[in-house]
Amino acid sequence: MSDVLVVAEHRRGELRDVSYELLTAGRELADATDGELHAAVISGPVEEYADKLDRPGVDQIHAVENGEEFNHGIYTQVAAQLANAVDAQYILAGNTVNGLDFAPALAERLGLPLVTDAVDIETDDGLSVVRELYGGKTEGTVDIDSERALLTIRPGEWPEADGTGDAAIEPFEADIDESAVRSTVTGFEEVRTGDVDISDADVLVSVGRGIEDEENIELIEELADAIGATVSASRPIVDNGWLPPDRQVGQSGKKVSPDIYIAIGISGAVQHVAGMKGSETIIAINDDPSAPIYDIADYGIVDDLFDVVPALTEQFGE
Amino acid sequence: MKILVTVTEVAIADDEFEIDDTSIDETYLTFDLNEWDTYAIEEAVQLQETEDEIEVVTATVGPERVEETIRTALAKGADRAVRIWDESLEGETMIDPSRKAQLLAGVVEDEQPDLVLSGVQSGDVALGATGVALAEQVGFEWGAVVNQLDLDGDTARVHRELEGGVEELTEIELPAVLTIQTGINEPRYASLRGIRQAQSKPLDVRSPADLGVELEAASLELTDLVVPESESDTDLFEGAPEETAAQLAELLEEKGVGA
Repeated sequence: MSDVLVVAEHRRGELRDVSYELLTAGRELADATDGELHAAVISGPVEEYADKLDRPGVDQIHAVENGEEFNHGIYTQVAAQLANAVDAQYILAGNTVNGLDFAPALAERLGLPLVTDAVDIETDDGLSVVRELYGGKTEGTVDIDSERALLTIRPGEWPEADGTGDAAIEPFEADIDESAVRSTVTGFEEVRTGDVDISDADVLVSVGRGIEDEENIELIEELADAIGATVSASRPIVDNGWLPPDRQVGQSGKKVSPDIYIAIGISGAVQHVAGMKGSETIIAINDDPSAPIYDIADYGIVDDLFDVVPALTEQFGE
Repeated sequence: MKILVTVTEVAIADDEFEIDDTSIDETYLTFDLNEWDTYAIEEAVQLQETEDEIEVVTATVGPERVEETIRTALAKGADRAVRIWDESLEGETMIDPSRKAQLLAGVVEDEQPDLVLSGVQSGDVALGATGVALAEQVGFEWGAVVNQLDLDGDTARVHRELEGGVEELTEIELPAVLTIQTGINEPRYASLRGIRQAQSKPLDVRSPADLGVELEAASLELTDLVVPESESDTDLFEGAPEETAAQLAELLEEKGVGA
């Protein structure tokens, strides 16, 4: 028992990036345990996926045919059987919406401790996981007092495994109890894009929780008008219904990479940053100098947005 | 029908704070109802308003201090509350979703709800795993990260909010645990009448032993807490708002904006 099993993630015909990141994190762990790295790919065109997952450092790929899309009832059963079949010491999944839909149940079923949202894994003295606490303001180290464990890793923290490997690809016949599958995926829907596509914009003026009130959104729209930019937003603004869902930047919204991204009253939570870190120039206006947005901003004004934004609009006035 | 809503109090750290061993010094913390849970409560109360005979019960793990937060949930429309605690839980860091789920499972076994709603995650520890762990422990079906919910007999028709603006449409058999995402509804503010009524709604305190829960030994321990090193190399514009705005305007114009 020294092997590592990672569970790949895919959706609607494509492997998701986190799958390749899992291979990197899994290889690091397997090196530490002196074990083999196994990857599981469950449902969908598994042979095609298995070929893509065959990257350096992967020893075995288990291809499990069963339906097309993710279903947590299937995933939990298959992953539990595979973990036992390969006698995995550590199991890794993505800290994604679907990862968090099956990993906690898998941990319970196997009687393993679960640590979610790992940003770093240490193996010097037993297994420890580094994860954020208090909304990203701190990082905690969690020691795991167990031979075996299940971890979910934060997307984007490990590089993707790259290149072609020589893994053994084998089908795995799972014994599925259909009566235990009590949910059915009936389809997918995409957030409708209105007449504006924020991912096409060259300049985005993006507004966050710091704007405080719906009526203040006007300040942002005036600035955007003055400089010829498009208005986008972080999650709380859309949750409140102050701007439509197609304006949301972030993990659950749109990924954008404009030439200029002006973040106003946005703290820069990881879910938001995931959607805009590819922007060429990032400018932050936020009165909290310790806000994480300043970790990635190129330029910034640490001041009250209600003073700065009207003054900036003024600069571009007639 | 009975809906159980799991409610958590979260600690929100000030912009400036000090770390005492593996926790933030309490003087720098504000305690509040977890943001995700406000949406879970609202969803339960809205179901109660549209369907007949639905009782909404909240379940919370925490010391006496959290009763203020629980009363907030009651003021928004929950019928009664259960708080789980005894001195053996002092110092629990709640870093282990399985242990927290075991405590909540005691309430589920006791109350036998048809539906459990929990927030996707807590704002402070953010495990994002307690609801699904709870479902597995009590043998319920589940769905994580739900941003639309319709009940249809013994089935919950939900949308699960996946990444990248995609929603998964799923049918889930009851009884089930659903973890509720922000934005699913518009949480109400408690009315004055609601706040008054909340004072007289039942709030039972149960120990793990009362609920027949024997917690397994902890296998996770928080051993270090640090402020991550800032990677910031932001060029900051300094001065009064008119000055900083002028400097930023100049930069933007250089980059061809507003020309």
